[in-house]
Amino acid sequence: MTWILLAVVALVVVWAIALYNRLVGLRNQVLNGWRQIDVQLKRRHDLIPNLVNTVRGAMEFERDTLTQVMEARARAVSATGPADAARKEGELSQALGRLFAVAENYPTLRANENVKMLQEELTSTENKVGFARQFYNDIATTFNTAQQTFPSNMFASALGFKPSELFEITDATERQVPAVDLSMRK
Amino acid sequence: MIVFVGFLLFLGFGFDVFYIGEGALTFPIGSLAALGIGSVSALTSYYSGDRAVLLSTGAMALDRALSGAASPDDTYKIRQLDNVVEEMSIAAGLPKPRVYVIPDSDPNAFATGRDPEHASIAVTRGLLDTVTRDELQGVVAHELSHVRNLDIRLMTVIAAMVGTIALLSDWSGRGMSSGSRSSSNSRDNDKDSGAAGLILLVVWVVAIVLAPLIAQALAMLVSRRREFLADATGAELTRNPLALASALEKIDREAAPTLSVKRGTAHLCIADPLGRAMGLREGFLPDLLATHPRMADRITALKQMAYQA
Repeated sequence: MTWILLAVVALVVVWAIALYNRLVGLRNQVLNGWRQIDVQLKRRHDLIPNLVNTVRGAMEFERDTLTQVMEARARAVSATGPADAARKEGELSQALGRLFAVAENYPTLRANENVKMLQEELTSTENKVGFARQFYNDIATTFNTAQQTFPSNMFASALGFKPSELFEITDATERQVPAVDLSMRK
Repeated sequence: MIVFVGFLLFLGFGFDVFYIGEGALTFPIGSLAALGIGSVSALTSYYSGDRAVLLSTGAMALDRALSGAASPDDTYKIRQLDNVVEEMSIAAGLPKPRVYVIPDSDPNAFATGRDPEHASIAVTRGLLDTVTRDELQGVVAHELSHVRNLDIRLMTVIAAMVGTIALLSDWSGRGMSSGSRSSSNSRDNDKDSGAAGLILLVVWVVAIVLAPLIAQALAMLVSRRREFLADATGAELTRNPLALASALEKIDREAAPTLSVKRGTAHLCIADPLGRAMGLREGFLPDLLATHPRMADRITALKQMAYQA
């Protein structure tokens, strides 16, 4: 009879140890999940301004060259008389020549592609922040469930575990649909 | 899994009882040999299986794929793939697996690796060209879920056991034709246990003959169920089951054999790489031996998750 009792006690002790270890593991994953959100936010903070500057630099370089061509063409169109026209067409040809030289050195004028890549990186960065928050909520839910199901709920608070909070929006305006206005009017 | 191990031990044990005689129970050669061979083959494929699979498909690592990109659109898609894999590993809380691109125009993807720290995901060029970003995310989530659910490890062990069963069945077949004379002599000595022993012998002989087929069918059953599990846990990662459903529809429409993926690694892919060979034939035997469930069933299950079917 005492053997059976000892065996039962031993089993309960083993179960309690396993439960404690599982809860410790989950609590550490919850802490890690919370910090991972900060990791993604810092990445966004460090990366995006640099990326935007790079793309803007490339666009400005091309914009300057194109602006020169457009201005030369506008002057050529508004020329007064054949001599003036000849001179201004010559200036236009020179500007075009510069544009073609640029095009030869940089075979594809890449403003569109740069912007496309920038969009992808922006989208991905925001997705990563979102998924980090999703993972935090998922692991916090798993931790809370592990503490609150029976029979673990009898021991969890005794062993020093508290339910963790889920990530929540604090600023109510963040729940509203953002306005998207692509019109060019200022 | 338990059925599998039970089947294997049943074959090994029967081997001992019927061919080695009474001394077998003290030193069961057959069972030990079965376990030994099974363990060696399982361990070998466990540790180096993923490299072998990747080599066999001609997969290119991500930086090589980027440097060999044919156009800026290509570079864009490969960077997108890299970003999507990283996003999914953040959502799963796992380390980021190695990413590979397979130069095959048929859309497909697979995951390999024994645990999340040693995992790789490979995607064909055809998939990159066919699907949108959300669909790609669904596919990558499905593959990462295979890694997360340790399916690779499971299927490796099962493959090893299937091989062992085939071996045992082969040996026993040979043993039956040459050893039956000696065993019937020893059995004449205990006529009182004759009837039960005879029935057991018959069951065991039938099992031996059908063993390879039964083993394969069991393995495929496990594979199909794990595919459904990977679909569901992948949708849990993206919270977007319809994206994966539409990706599967696109892959199904483009279905042509993925020639890069050989028969042995078929179960690791998202869609059956052997083309529509099995999919068109309906009926008992193709359903039994298919590595993947029918695409229509998978799409329906995903749509049910989104309350749309």
